[in-house]
Amino acid sequence: MSEQQDTSGPIETDVVIIGAGPAGLFAVFELGLLDLKCHLIDILDRPGGQCTELYPEKPIYDIPALPIVTGQELVDRLMEQIAPFKPGFHFGEMANALQRQADGRWKLITDTGKEFLAPVIVIAAGGGSFVPKRPPIPGIEAYEGTSVFYAVRKMDQFRGRDILIAGGGDSALDWTLNLAPIAKSLTLVHHRDGFRAAQHSVNQMRELVDAGKVKFHVASVKALHGNNGQLEAVTLQGADKSEWRHDTNAFLPFFGLTMKLGPIAEFGLNLHENLIPVDTAKFETSTPGLFAIGDINTYAGKLKLILSAFHEAALVSQAAFRIARPNEKLRFQYTTSSSNLQKKLGVA
Amino acid sequence: MKIIATDRNGKTTEIEGNDGWTVMEALRDAGLPITAECGGACACATCHVYVEEGWLEKLPKQRDEEVDMLDMAVAVQDNSRLSCQIVCSDETDGIQVTLAPE
Repeated sequence: MSEQQDTSGPIETDVVIIGAGPAGLFAVFELGLLDLKCHLIDILDRPGGQCTELYPEKPIYDIPALPIVTGQELVDRLMEQIAPFKPGFHFGEMANALQRQADGRWKLITDTGKEFLAPVIVIAAGGGSFVPKRPPIPGIEAYEGTSVFYAVRKMDQFRGRDILIAGGGDSALDWTLNLAPIAKSLTLVHHRDGFRAAQHSVNQMRELVDAGKVKFHVASVKALHGNNGQLEAVTLQGADKSEWRHDTNAFLPFFGLTMKLGPIAEFGLNLHENLIPVDTAKFETSTPGLFAIGDINTYAGKLKLILSAFHEAALVSQAAFRIARPNEKLRFQYTTSSSNLQKKLGVA
Repeated sequence: MKIIATDRNGKTTEIEGNDGWTVMEALRDAGLPITAECGGACACATCHVYVEEGWLEKLPKQRDEEVDMLDMAVAVQDNSRLSCQIVCSDETDGIQVTLAPE
């Protein structure tokens, strides 16, 4: 956290950025050069957005002057580049509501109840918030939170239960290993007898299966049975299409994350196919003081490229300055020649 | 070259695929509701399709990366593929695919 915060009241800052992917991170740099302080909110537990969540190891070839860089390296470099501006990061939180205050500033409230007051909001939310994938099993919503869970928050909640885990990635395997000792029974199902999870986890799981402490089936969940949100059993279908009933009262599907627009859809913007229309001079939405950059915006000729987001961030900063510092003159300067900018970057 | 694509409501359309481009790109460019979140990097499993009978064996074998990534898809079947990993060619002209549920 960069600034002194009074935890009892809202955080007051110049700009709140929704999304800490490459667009949001570079916006901190451009805004920082103009002395605008930023706070970033992201549903993930670390910076980078898609770059770190989806393809940290994959190469990117179209970042200017970086012939090859992986998703993670790009994010690491951006974090290094913006470090002098000491942005506030608020991870594991989702921007939930946005209200215009009487003084013209925005009040943004996250899903944990944290409040921000700022004259400028920049939406850099990419494809939206990362949320767990929900398997297409009829009626699954009715069990969510009581018998169906997409994450483990308190392990004790699963003590003594007949647990069913579905999936073949690290989450599925890790929770199989962690919950097996406290479960009444634990069954893992996956559509194949192979796993993308770390090999040592797979080995440990197989040892538990051999010891009779965990059951594993090549199968998928076809139907849920229960009442009032209390799951009693599921129908499993094996590789040979045979089906059987399996008793369980806690089902944990782990199929990774996908992106959903989420509460941003309720911010009163005129969305076009889940994208936010902006002008191309300021990248401002139809609502003054509310900007959108990166994959989430749309305009004539839009290309969903990281480099487009960088350009958009630079232009947003100019417009944001005029809103946040109405009485100050905006002077355009180059980092190469301006000792003022170099001081801000900590190099002069 | 042609791709016969069925959406999640059962509506079938014939779309055009370009030689050397992927089926995902053709589906996306034709405006079918395929998420393809990662843009074709075999990193998200949101371009999951079912390949109809007769076509699966004509396709090159899945790379390990695709098999691994399908672990992150829901409702995987024996004929599941990631459409970003199917390249349009003479062999795949007329391929029939169905969008998997999301």
